[in-house]
Parts: sequence; C-alpha cells; structure tokens
Amino acid sequence: MLKIHQLHKSYAIGDSSLHVLKGIDLNVEEGEMVAIMGSSGSGKSTLLNIIGMLDEADSGEYILDELPIKNLTEKKAAVYRNKFLGFIFQSFNLINYKTALENVALPLYYQGLKRKERQEKALFHLGKVGLADWAKHLPKELSGGQKQRVAIARALAANPKLLLADEPTGALDTKTSYDIMAFIQQLNDEGKTILMVTHEEDIANMCKRIVRLRDGVIMEDKKVNQVRAEQYV
Amino acid sequence: MFKFLFDRDTWQEVFDSFSKNKLRSILTMVGVWWGILLLIGLLGSARGLENSFNRLFGSFATNSVFVWGQSTSKPFKGFQEGRQVSLSLTDAKKVEENVEGIEFLVPRNQNQASVVRNFLSGNFGINGDYPLLDQVQKKKLIHGRFINQNDIDDNKKVVVISEDAYKQLFEKDEMPIGEYIEINKINFKVIGMFENGNVNMGPTSDMHIPFTTFQQIYNQGDQIGWMMITGKPEYDIKQIEEDAKLLLKNLNKIHPKDKRAFGSFNLGKEFDKVTGFLIGMQFLTWFVGIATLIAGVFAIGNILLITVKERTKEIGVRRALGATPFEIKRQIVVEAVFLTIVAGLFGIITGGWILIGLDAAFGQGDDATIVNASVSIGVVFIALVILVILGTLIGLIPAFKATSVKPIEALREE
Repeated sequence: MLKIHQLHKSYAIGDSSLHVLKGIDLNVEEGEMVAIMGSSGSGKSTLLNIIGMLDEADSGEYILDELPIKNLTEKKAAVYRNKFLGFIFQSFNLINYKTALENVALPLYYQGLKRKERQEKALFHLGKVGLADWAKHLPKELSGGQKQRVAIARALAANPKLLLADEPTGALDTKTSYDIMAFIQQLNDEGKTILMVTHEEDIANMCKRIVRLRDGVIMEDKKVNQVRAEQYV
Repeated sequence: MFKFLFDRDTWQEVFDSFSKNKLRSILTMVGVWWGILLLIGLLGSARGLENSFNRLFGSFATNSVFVWGQSTSKPFKGFQEGRQVSLSLTDAKKVEENVEGIEFLVPRNQNQASVVRNFLSGNFGINGDYPLLDQVQKKKLIHGRFINQNDIDDNKKVVVISEDAYKQLFEKDEMPIGEYIEINKINFKVIGMFENGNVNMGPTSDMHIPFTTFQQIYNQGDQIGWMMITGKPEYDIKQIEEDAKLLLKNLNKIHPKDKRAFGSFNLGKEFDKVTGFLIGMQFLTWFVGIATLIAGVFAIGNILLITVKERTKEIGVRRALGATPFEIKRQIVVEAVFLTIVAGLFGIITGGWILIGLDAAFGQGDDATIVNASVSIGVVFIALVILVILGTLIGLIPAFKATSVKPIEALREE
C-alpha cells in the first residue's frame, strides 16, 4: 500500500546543505506494523514527515495506495492528509482549549461532516479508547496516557488508511507506554497499517517489522516476532 | 462562503479562541472601541453645534442683505463729501424693479420710544413694518397675528409686541391681545405677541407697528430707515448687494466708487462663513475619527499577528488533521472581523451614551450650545462598513503569516 523508491531529501543549513535522506527504498503492505529506528539525525523523522505529506522529498517516488504523491499543492496535501492519514505525536498536540470530544471531532470538521454526525463518530472513537466518560474534559485535566489515547482517537476518527506515529510513547512512563502500545497493537490486529518512529528497542520489538536508519540510508530491514504489550500491563 | 458564515461551528471556533484569552481579546478591542467612540462623539457634537447655529439663524432667510444710508465720502456732481444719505420708498421700489434675483424687498423704519401701560413703562425699539417682514424674518407668534395689509391701508394703530416687552408691560398671565399700550402718548392696540428669537439681526425689534402708521406718527414722509433684501435661492446675494448699491448710488447722485455712502450687512456672507467653519469641523471630525479607527484596527492586526505566532503549533496540528490553508485563513479573518465589529458596536453604544450625556449637560434650554447632538444611522452604517473592510484587510496579514509556515515547521516548534 505504500511504495517508496530512491527518496532523497536535503536541508539547507546556512550556505551548506545537509543530505538527510540518501535514497530510501521502502515498501509497506496493508496490515503491517513497522517501527522506524535510528539515532537522532538518522533521518527517521524526516522520512515520517515525507510519508505524512508534511514535508516534500527532493527526488524519488512515493506512492500511497496507488496514488503518486508528488508536487502537491497545500490544499491537495491537506485533503490527502485528512483522507488517508492519521497522526499521533510525541507531545500529543491536542488543542488545549477544546474538550477531548472536540479534539477528536476536529478532523471530521475538516472533512465537512455535519455537527451531529461528528459528535456521534467522535464519541464512538473516544469510547474505543475507553475515554467516553472524559469527553467533556479539557486536555489539562487528563493524564499523559489519557491525552495520548485522545490523540489516537483523533487519528482514528477520520478512518485513515495509514496511522503515522512519531515517538508515540516518548513522553510517557514505561507502564503507560506499554498501555498505549497494547492499544496500538490491538488497532493493528483489526487491520490498520501502522508506521511509527521510535528509538526505544522494547517499543520497536512490539512491532512486526523494524527498519533501521543510519545517516540517511536503510541499514537493516527485518521482520521480528512481535512482543505483545498486554503481558506487561 | 455564506453557508460558512451561518455555520454554528465557525462561531464556536471563534468563541473558543477568544474565551481562551479574554484579557487579550478585550485589550485588542480597546483600540477600535476608542476610535469609534471618538468618531461618534465628535460627529455628534459637530452636528449639535451645527444645529445650534441653524437655530440661531433659523428665523431668518439666510440669503439676505440689509442696506442703509450713511454719509458720502466723495464729492460728486456738485455735491460735497459728507452729505447725509437717506433711503426712500421710491429707492426701494426702483431697486425691487430693476435688480435681478430679488425675492423680497422689505423697507423698514425704526425709532426708540417710551411705552407706557398703566403704571408700567419701558423704552423700546419701535419698527414700522410691512406684512412681508414675516416672510424674511419669521416671527413665532405666541398669541394673535402679525400686521396685515388692512392695517397698512388704514394706518391702524395696532402693535405686535415681543415676549420681552410683554413681560415688562404686563402682569404675569395677563392676556395682552386687545389691550392698549401708549407709544409716544398715542394709544395702540396689541394684536400679537411673538417669541424672542435667539439673535437679533440689526436693531432691536421689540415692537412692530404698520409701516404707514409709523410714517404718520413720526412724520417720515417717503423716508425709510433701511431695507432688507432677500435673494432668490439660485442668485448670489453678494451680487444682488452690489447691484442694489450701485443703483442706489445712481439714484441718489453719489460717486459710483463711494464705499461709505451705504452701509450694509450681508447675512448670506456671514452665514457662509459659519457654514464653512462647520464643514471644516466635520471634515476634521471624520479625519480624526477615521485615523483613530485605522490605528485601532492596526492594533487588532498587530495582536492577531502575535496570537498567530503563539498559535503556530495549533495551526500546524489543524493542518496535519486536514485543514486547508484557505480554511485557516478564513478562520483568522473571521476572528479579525468579528473583533472589530464587536468593538465597533460597543464604541457606537458608548458613543451614543456620550451624546446623551452631552445633551443632558449642554443641550437643554433655549440658549444651548449643542442642540440635539446626534449621528445619523447612515453614518453609523458607513462606519460599520468601514470597520468590516478594514477588519478584513488587517486580518489578511496574520492569515497569510499563519499559512506561510509549513505545517512541519509549525509542529516542530515546542
């Protein structure tokens, strides 16, 4: 469902330029759960941002679900992001003056759904992450784990083809991290394709495949035996 | 776009982002509020002053000129300089017939006389007048009527008195009509009483008696004191004044360049000066008001710009979730316009209060300096339209700023 061929990306830093991605080839099938690992500066976040259409590659091919992603206008990128992708961030990125329910309903708002429909769908997804009772609470009234679950509900709300997670457990303690991972694994079991960036080995081992990046190239790409997170919870 | 404006969610978003920081929103609005307040307050006061001037001139036909005789300053055709010039009814008739653009010409006479009634007496200005005077200098009659043609034809001994004269000669609540008063030892019957005007143009006019009666009792013959000339609206009163004077000089054998022979007071000219002053003041008011308004709107733009900077991350999140740049811009512009309109409405309301206050403080009574200080609804509407336009324009700056940052950069900001 996701094909990347010879992807290059450099950033201009002052007069010189930094070659961050030096020809990435990556194929992800539907239902996979892939961890992208690497030390900081290896280009893993850049890769995720390009996949998430938040950033654009200098050269190379990127095909998402048979659709070539190239030279997108901002408007088109926004529509594709809304339709195909769900984002989970390290720092949750909830809008702090909106309730949990409103946060989850936001992508649906940009889809142009009617208010009532949005609320119903958002409540359904909040229920799925076990936070239906917290619908009217503001983010500041929620714990870190709860915030991330609201963020996951928000990522799921638009029913995306691909879930992109940037260090989803980076801001959480170990127990809560496993809690969140158990939930993400459950989503994968239900058939969602998931791509996550992490630098924690234990979290990576809870995925089904690990791609290791170093200095902008793929060092290793292997399937692993998934460690189930439930056993730690 | 219209559907968007009536969408509950649009306003939910606007209110959310304001309730998030009430203090900032209020401070933002102060600038525009102040601008509108000044505009309304100043325009209303200017209108009030204008009204009070209009009331002063109100009883007069403003395109009028008064002409009277003085003494010559140049020898001419055998006459020496310093000759006393007096106008006559014949002069008046000639002027009326030959000068172009005259609507009315009223010859008048005046004298001071002591007036006695029972044990009360006073010294008053007595005018000999034609009924036509009422056309040029409208008298507001409280009781009775003004002089009519019958009074003129029969040299009737009737008098129309002012309210002031009434107060001096009559007891309180006494009905003056039909009573007799003694002017120069001759009995006159009171037929009317008029309200005192705000200003007296020319000599004091306490009492009016028929012109012909005046001629008779003062033995005036053909002479008149002065004439009031009112021009037709489409004619320039200054031109009429010049033409009339030239003709009068001709008739009275006076040097055409003699400047002193006839005195005159051109009400039209004076009125133009006041009108010019009022127009200047209105222009100044608009200028100050709109300049302040623009400053206020810029303050809104400025604060929104800071707000956008603060909200970079939020905007990044929204775009990651699928908000198009247009939707982001639209939201920010709506916020800007909403802020300006709310601030503007507050300004209009408080401006109205100020006008009410001004009216209470300075607008009461006959000699009020500010009469009916008000702003027309059209002006309010124009101000609102200007606000919407300025708000939109100023909102565009932060809106473009907000979408100029790539979502990835916005998200990276911690």
